[in-house]
Amino acid sequence: MNTEILGILAMFLITLLLALPLGKYIARIYDGQRTFLDPVLGPVERLFFRISGIDPNEGWSWQKNLVALLVINGVWFLLGMFILMNMNWLPLNPDHNPSQGAHLAFNTTISFLVNCNLQHYSGESGISYLGQLYLMFLQFTTAATGMAGAALLFRALRKGTHKTYGNFFSDYLKTCTRILLPLCLVMGVMLLFCGTPMTMEGKQQMTGLQGDTLQVSTGPVAAFVPIKHLGTNGGGFFGANSAHPLENPGYGSNMIEMVAQMLIPFAMIFAFGIFIRRRRMAWVIFGVMTLGFLALAVPNTYMEAKGNPAIAHMGIGNQLGNMEGKEVRLGAAAAGYWSIATTVISTGSINSMHDSHMPLSGMNELLAMMINCFYGGCGVGILNYFIFIILAVFISGLMVGRTPEFLGKKIEAREMKIAMIIALLHPLLILAGTALAAAFPQYTTGTLNNPGFHGFSEMLYEYTSSAANNGSGFEGLGDNTPWWNITTGFVLILGRFLPIIGPVAIAGILGSKKYIPESAGTLQTDTPTFGFMTLAVIAIVAALAFFPALTLGPIAEFFSSK
Amino acid sequence: MKPQHKSLFQKELVGEALRQSFVKLNPRTLFRNPVMFTVWIGTLIMFFVCLWILAGEKGQGSFGYNLIVFLVLLLTLLFANFAEAIAEARGKAQADSLRKTREETPARLATGKTVSSAELRKGDMFICEAGDIIPADGEIVEGLATIDESAITGESAPVIREAGGDKSSVTGGTKVLSDKIKVQVTTQPGESFLDKMIALVEGASRQKTPNEIALTILLAGFTLVFVIVCTTLKPFGDFANITITIASFIALFVCLIPTTIGGLLSAIGIAGMDRALRANVITKSGKAVETAGDIDVLLLDKTGTITIGNRRATHFYPAAGIEEKRFVRASVLSSMADETPEGKSIIELAKTDPLSYAAPEPRFVKFTAETRCSGIDFGDTRIRKGATDAIRNIVTRAGNVFPAGIEEQVKQISGNGGTPLVVSENEQAIGVIELQDIIKPGIQERFQRLRKMGIKTVMVTGDNPLTAKYIAEKAGVDDFIAEAKPEDKMNYIRREQSEGRLVAMMGDGTNDAPALAQADVGVAMNSGTQAAKEAGNMVDLDNDPTKLIEVVEIGKQLLMTRGTLTTFSIANDVAKYFAIIPALFITAVPALQGLNIMALHSPQSAILSAVIFNAVIIPLLIPLALKGVAYKPIGASALLRRNLFLYGLGGIIVPFIGIKLIDMIVSLFL
Repeated sequence: MNTEILGILAMFLITLLLALPLGKYIARIYDGQRTFLDPVLGPVERLFFRISGIDPNEGWSWQKNLVALLVINGVWFLLGMFILMNMNWLPLNPDHNPSQGAHLAFNTTISFLVNCNLQHYSGESGISYLGQLYLMFLQFTTAATGMAGAALLFRALRKGTHKTYGNFFSDYLKTCTRILLPLCLVMGVMLLFCGTPMTMEGKQQMTGLQGDTLQVSTGPVAAFVPIKHLGTNGGGFFGANSAHPLENPGYGSNMIEMVAQMLIPFAMIFAFGIFIRRRRMAWVIFGVMTLGFLALAVPNTYMEAKGNPAIAHMGIGNQLGNMEGKEVRLGAAAAGYWSIATTVISTGSINSMHDSHMPLSGMNELLAMMINCFYGGCGVGILNYFIFIILAVFISGLMVGRTPEFLGKKIEAREMKIAMIIALLHPLLILAGTALAAAFPQYTTGTLNNPGFHGFSEMLYEYTSSAANNGSGFEGLGDNTPWWNITTGFVLILGRFLPIIGPVAIAGILGSKKYIPESAGTLQTDTPTFGFMTLAVIAIVAALAFFPALTLGPIAEFFSSK
Repeated sequence: MKPQHKSLFQKELVGEALRQSFVKLNPRTLFRNPVMFTVWIGTLIMFFVCLWILAGEKGQGSFGYNLIVFLVLLLTLLFANFAEAIAEARGKAQADSLRKTREETPARLATGKTVSSAELRKGDMFICEAGDIIPADGEIVEGLATIDESAITGESAPVIREAGGDKSSVTGGTKVLSDKIKVQVTTQPGESFLDKMIALVEGASRQKTPNEIALTILLAGFTLVFVIVCTTLKPFGDFANITITIASFIALFVCLIPTTIGGLLSAIGIAGMDRALRANVITKSGKAVETAGDIDVLLLDKTGTITIGNRRATHFYPAAGIEEKRFVRASVLSSMADETPEGKSIIELAKTDPLSYAAPEPRFVKFTAETRCSGIDFGDTRIRKGATDAIRNIVTRAGNVFPAGIEEQVKQISGNGGTPLVVSENEQAIGVIELQDIIKPGIQERFQRLRKMGIKTVMVTGDNPLTAKYIAEKAGVDDFIAEAKPEDKMNYIRREQSEGRLVAMMGDGTNDAPALAQADVGVAMNSGTQAAKEAGNMVDLDNDPTKLIEVVEIGKQLLMTRGTLTTFSIANDVAKYFAIIPALFITAVPALQGLNIMALHSPQSAILSAVIFNAVIIPLLIPLALKGVAYKPIGASALLRRNLFLYGLGGIIVPFIGIKLIDMIVSLFL
């Protein structure tokens, strides 16, 4: 037991230790400073820019940058639809898997495009290697989209008044070449040593323990898994995701994958602090996020490791913890910890069945996604958190007797309007989506794995996961139906791009405003007090809105099972 | 008319406010306030639900229960309206009492005709003599008079107003004590600052300030969140086979939206202007009060603000070899005809009657800008008193030596912030009189307080830099503008503003007008010229230069009251959830009794207690909204901690207690 807790502590500390230098490195890249990879990657990048005719040094307005962001993602979407719907005749399909239908291809492309990876298909049978490779490509671009979006925010919040906010395409490309690719290469090699396969040869035949012949799906897994985690994507190569022994062979690979998924979200916070030259603020943000993370992760680790009292009632010991839906080689505690790590961050990869977790564990996973800004996805985590900063600044600014300002910029009606729309969007998508699903039981009840409260939780989870671009599931749900594919597809798009546009727009508007120097009456936003205020706003705005829904799901289940 | 501590709820005001509470139920009025407008819709729905039950509907609970919910919601609206109405009534009463001073008075026109003051138009000329009440606001074009302004300012000492200078303004309702003046009317009837202010309070021309708009957006957002929460609860309930009555939905919704701050928001804004008025400051817009809270830089005139009126003589320094008595005598004689306060103070310092000195056939020499000295000639004695270089000129031109000792003394006095006056007798320098600025007692503490608030104070003075520096240090201001010309003020304001700071200043003269207009908060003194009053966005009836400090605090209080009540209102939701959510589901899912942590009596009593608490908290907080949250200059972070603790934590705990208590009472009747 203690070893398991130590393992968890080690995972967290290693992530933090790696994130500090990485944050510095990321800040240097967005700042256009020299880094040690310049001699190797500089020429490659210049080639891209020469072909595309883009001048990477030309500063664009935030509006133009956002248009660029949307257009390039639109292109990837169309290409993705084409590949997924025509896989049967396209190359790299040794297992002769079929093409996807329109609504599944729509859902799959969208969900990989938006860093969600909801995966209403199984990797083994539902997609070719070409499809997998394209999805892997999307996992790079989507992480880069979020991070380049955050870079716009970084620039806008730097001291002074701004007109241009860098060049999106330059940030986008450099994120891929200088941050994601090198990290993925290192991690891929490490996974190879852990036993993850890397092949293009299709299914392998093997003899099982009972002497029967099995066809085992393999593929370029070691290439796919690193970006799945580093890019906080979470889309598994196989249906069982990181619970699959070839995707996550043992405790060592589990640790690597765990560290990898939290690495960039951590590093982005520190990069933010270094970039705007307010390291203290980065630590306060990190502190608040960590507090929120622990408030969810500690109970989950505890509840999963403690085991299910209902099973104990039947006279069956569960010293190993609540083991239904878990992998023995990873253990219940590591699974409990992973369940929150993967939901606070928009990874959504799983190493155990969330559907089988204790009711309140399930609630915490839901809450993690409903809040969606404790660390959060690559780049977007800090964008989401920024909205809560704006709300907290507004209320606490008033409380100290000044019209609110953040980093020397006044927060006025226009910024409040955008912040409020984005803050509203998340509950709207989740609650309205679930309400629709509840209102049309003819499309949904048949697909639920469980009746009653747990069934309700499954629906709630699916929309929450979509709106938070998380991608994990209460995988009891039979989700490959037109209803789920189409409704979650739209929730995914809205839940992705509006929360990028909103914060960048606010930051852009603030960036162009006049800088007000600080005085003793100015509210300091890099203090623990303000951090606490932000946490309170997050708890009240994000969590309270979901209280009735959670009551009818996990909370009712919890009290009923007592 | 000094700030009075009247009871918050005077009888006559309450009566009017109660009437207004019903008038304001008009949806067109309520539409301006999105939070209360949705409550209005909820109330209307409950009204129809009651009718529906009367018509035979069985599924919505008893008629009595629904009727009570309806009535409590109506009460919520009335309470919110009352808050606004009482704030308006108080502001109006305050303004009315000022306006009373300008009742119909006869006005003697320059043409000789006598008309009623109501018939005076802008540009008319009227004449006032001793004993007359001035019929309208205006500017003296001819003459000088002493005027009793106590009706406006409460200050009983008469003031002098004269044509041409910076003190040429007279206010309607004040009384001429002596002399005769010809006054030109400066405002149309009904357009004076006071009239504008009353219109502002009454709501006819009240516009939301930028911060109010932003806050309203936040509150509207919170309202929308709960529209989503409550509407989606219907399909959720159906899915779980739980029937939720309309009354429960409406109750949940109304309790969750920020009705407390929504109901008090406009009252807070009006109360801000009203508090300013109680401090005898007329604001031309609500925005000005709000901006005052944000001020970063305060420009203060030295004279009257930092120092008491004028310089006073503090020391006689005779030159070497001159007997002190002789020097004092010369000084006193030279000041005999000097009517300036400085001159009088010399005689006071000498403590002798100048007439006790023999000075046959005196001939007084007046101060002119050219000679820069004044004095007296009698017999063959010629005494002169003046600025150092002026006297030095006189002495050296006569071929005498200007003593090095005096030169030394002059330097020392200047270095100490004093003004040296050199006295010469028959072209011999015989000594120096030291004039000193007397710094107002308690002013250092006020500057200290301002510094803690994060406000930079700047002293504006016509003194030389050396003197200015000394006084600035002694008084504890952060910066000073010495040898200031009107355009220096303007430039200073521009510079600070270009660096993003907000600047406040006070002024009275016509040449202050551009700077008053440029400043973010410009307070014109009522005694000042019409141009100055037009340019500023506040007028101080007391002509008290330290008023700026009060204005800043009023502004901060206004913003803080908004912030703390918003926090309180939102924090209340936690307890309300724990009251209503179990009540909604407990019948269908008995296990959820575990969520009923307040152990409320029954679902119905829980819902009633929550809505009653929600309604009652509004009138309970009216006094706070009207008086404002106390501002303490303890630094922003400490202030935030304090308010977060009081109103955030308090906002979580208070409703738990309140709802439980109400439930205990309600359960007695159920």
